[in-house]
Amino acid sequence: MHADPDVPALDPDRIKVIVATDCGSTTTKAIMIEEVDGVYRQTFRGEAPTTVEEPFADVTVGVVNSVTELQELSGRRLIADDGTIIRRASIDEKDGCDIYISTSSAGGGLQMMVAGVVREMTAASAKRAALGAGAIVMDVIASNDKRRPHEQIQRIRELRPDMVLLSGGTDGGNSTQVVQLAELVAPAKPRPRFGSAYQLPIIFAGNAAAQDEIERVFTTQDDATGGFDLSVVENLRPTLEQENLGPARDCIHDVFLEHVMAHAPGYDKLIEWTDAPIMPTPGAVGDILQTIARTQGINAVGVDIGGATTDVFSVFDGTFNRTVSANLGMSYSISNVCAEAGMDDVLRWVHLDMEERELRNRVKNKMIRPTTIPQSGEALVFEQAVAREALRLAYQQHKEFATTLKGVQQQRTVGDVFSQEVGGSSIVDGMTLDLLVASGGVLSHAPRMQQTAMMLIDAFEPEGFTTLAKDSIFMMPHLGVLSSVHEKAAMEVFERDCLVILGTCVAAKGQGKLGKPCFSYKITGGTTADGALAFGDLAMVPLAMGATADVEVTPARGFDLGNGPGKSVTRNVRGGAAGIILDARGRALQLPEDPMERRRAVTRVVEASGMYDDLELAPNGA
Amino acid sequence: MAKAYTPGLKVSARTTHRTRRLLPIPGEVKVAVGDVVKANDVVAETFMDGDITPMNMANRLSCSAGDVAGLMLKEIGEPVKAGEPIARSKGIFGAFKTEVTSDADGTLEQVSSVTGQVMIRGAAIPVQVRAYLSGTVVEVLPKEGCIIENDVMFVQGIFGIGGETEGVIQVACSDHGETLDADAITADMKGAVILGGARMTAAALRKAIEVGAAAVVSGGLDDQDLKQLLGRDLGVAITGSETIGITVIVTEGFGDIAMAARTWRLLAERAGRVASVNGATQIRAGVMRPEILVPLEAGENENEIDPTLAREAGLLELGTTVRVIRDPYFGLLGEVSALPAEPAVLGSGSRARVLEVRFPGGDTAVVPRANVELIEG
Repeated sequence: MHADPDVPALDPDRIKVIVATDCGSTTTKAIMIEEVDGVYRQTFRGEAPTTVEEPFADVTVGVVNSVTELQELSGRRLIADDGTIIRRASIDEKDGCDIYISTSSAGGGLQMMVAGVVREMTAASAKRAALGAGAIVMDVIASNDKRRPHEQIQRIRELRPDMVLLSGGTDGGNSTQVVQLAELVAPAKPRPRFGSAYQLPIIFAGNAAAQDEIERVFTTQDDATGGFDLSVVENLRPTLEQENLGPARDCIHDVFLEHVMAHAPGYDKLIEWTDAPIMPTPGAVGDILQTIARTQGINAVGVDIGGATTDVFSVFDGTFNRTVSANLGMSYSISNVCAEAGMDDVLRWVHLDMEERELRNRVKNKMIRPTTIPQSGEALVFEQAVAREALRLAYQQHKEFATTLKGVQQQRTVGDVFSQEVGGSSIVDGMTLDLLVASGGVLSHAPRMQQTAMMLIDAFEPEGFTTLAKDSIFMMPHLGVLSSVHEKAAMEVFERDCLVILGTCVAAKGQGKLGKPCFSYKITGGTTADGALAFGDLAMVPLAMGATADVEVTPARGFDLGNGPGKSVTRNVRGGAAGIILDARGRALQLPEDPMERRRAVTRVVEASGMYDDLELAPNGA
Repeated sequence: MAKAYTPGLKVSARTTHRTRRLLPIPGEVKVAVGDVVKANDVVAETFMDGDITPMNMANRLSCSAGDVAGLMLKEIGEPVKAGEPIARSKGIFGAFKTEVTSDADGTLEQVSSVTGQVMIRGAAIPVQVRAYLSGTVVEVLPKEGCIIENDVMFVQGIFGIGGETEGVIQVACSDHGETLDADAITADMKGAVILGGARMTAAALRKAIEVGAAAVVSGGLDDQDLKQLLGRDLGVAITGSETIGITVIVTEGFGDIAMAARTWRLLAERAGRVASVNGATQIRAGVMRPEILVPLEAGENENEIDPTLAREAGLLELGTTVRVIRDPYFGLLGEVSALPAEPAVLGSGSRARVLEVRFPGGDTAVVPRANVELIEG
């Protein structure tokens, strides 16, 4: 395995053919990456049902099936007679690959409970570490979470986590409270979901001075279930001003491999097969996004909207954050999106007549039969309206979570009196966002790319200049693991094969009166256009995929496009199927209150973007 | 894409059904292999550790954490009563002593010298598992529970609320397409499993709760009525723990939709018989659907051909009866009249594999394969 000191480090020059798999809950996706004319390209893909459940109960069966599809498509022999993946001895050999890597979210992924002393400080840092490692955080227990101790204990007992991350206290500070927290967790005896023989891993990443006491609490428990398996790592919040998530995150990955994965059927074999540690799927997506942001010097946001959950990843000024909105999704969770947002908020994006009682039934029918797809134009419009709300809510949660550190003392001067910010303001800034990447069925499989672009714009409200893209075949997880062993290959494939550029959004920040001037534009280069937009307008200027153009925008007073209110900006932008989208609807995006006026505003946008042109109405007018 | 359609729910005239009855934590199994049990019998029992009540004793006694142990009036392991003194401070020159009484009944479990915290463990909580299905115990899982088997008529619903219950089947609608209204529910349906037809109205459900019925089973339900019944908008389809006083099973879907004719007939024929019903639904990986089980006598329903088995391999073919499960044709039944191999462009602009359905009136429609389910019988 990777930890074996006898295995030589991988030599990037010897890696010409790469096989990568992502074992999802339902499908195992394999891709092949090859060096073609000195550049790494994704060449073939195969998929097969995941085989974690009975009757197979062995994840490697699905892996072999998906890789066999690669083998058939590429004509390169990849599966040996004994059913393992062939590695080449030299790069001149015709068959086999040079490395095999994998991610996994099968079997429900990694489910964690985190605990910290102060909800806004150490508990928040612990949650960030867990989410960053790709976990689903089931609950956050904190001394000040307003639950009484017995309620907290009851909650811990009900959850069945794969592991617990415990933090609290700065190094050398008060250790009483974190020990108190441990004293709540230990007698609650959380029962792991893998059965009674499983020793529940506890990772302690708190005040170093409390380590001995923590060890005492978790080892003296006389527990018929076999007790706990405690790992101690560096404090994730050594001082209030500093967050040190790396050691805790690495430990979560190790424990994930050694304990959680080892209990999933067939993973012992899969761990032996891979040339790099298996990563939880969302953790790998986070890694590739960080690599892009770092190598290109940009701020990026990625979103993956699934049937049950929506993941949002962001990198702003090098700081990475990830959130999982557990009950925001497009099939299993569609009903919850409508319940959380409210039907009125969903319907504000719809330009057609729809009846609420009927829609409510349709939403529930999609929830109970999640595999159906929209057939009529109206069903598509409605589904995309729900997607806007799911994405908007998930992004809102992300912004609230991705903050500067709370609890940091601030030096203030007299000048700050009128602009005091409480600690912990969001670091997510629509104006400095450079790249917004979409993935997940409703975004990736929208019949038109303009629809994907408009869903992203309406939900994320990017400001200034933002490149919009989608992940072509959801290969970001594969590239995330690859970036840990061969960054160059990962980046080349990401740029050439993974990303499909939808276009560039140019949006003015500020508010104004409908019909009053917002900004003027002049486009040269790949296409030529000029004009002016009034507040409330939206325009699209075609610019082909692969082409670039220089866009000069001059905002009216009170509007900002990146250089401050009223100041001109010129940027070179990338084209795509949706071209250049000039958005003068203002930020924050506010649709008119009056229903008739709102309908007109939405219809104007639908017409200007052409996203629903020639839409067929349902035969029975439903 | 070997199967681009949703397989139908199981509706079996006669099948041998096994139900696993397990304790959440190890305990005592009260039955043996071969025992014949009734639905209401307790088959396994255990006690869970009692609830923990922490008390910050150092604070209450205004002393340091290390001193708490010396000020306790009770030993670890000793039982305590709520209101009973369990610790006393030394006071000043023997006066002004502070006495702290226990917050809860239980046993003194722990005194921490680091945090000054005292833990009281409450009385053990009994956990019982009932048989749920009348039948024979065929396997005992030591300390965990047992497996009960019986020949039953088995009907799966699509969605339900409320947990396990049982009652005598009483028919309230004269036909599988009739709406279940409040006036069809009568006082003699107390404790019964009421069989409706198509949509059940909110008023009917309220009446059923009023008369004390055990469960209502019908074809459809309006989401707006469900919201009214629950008092909230149901967000996530994980149900079974609702306590509205009744178990509700929807067999077909939301809206005005008739129960499948065969399902209705099978249930109506068993009027007067006891059924075990569970509304618990989980639509996630490892999907769980609500169910109705009616234990059968020897020989009963044996000649009923089970189309579920005939279609088990279940590949779509010309002539197969299907139901469309998405608008704009939601709920309509028809026969597959064509199976084009190539994907087609839908009204929504998406490309998908489709099939053509011929409805009973002779009209045909092209729908995505993902939007139909097989209908048995």
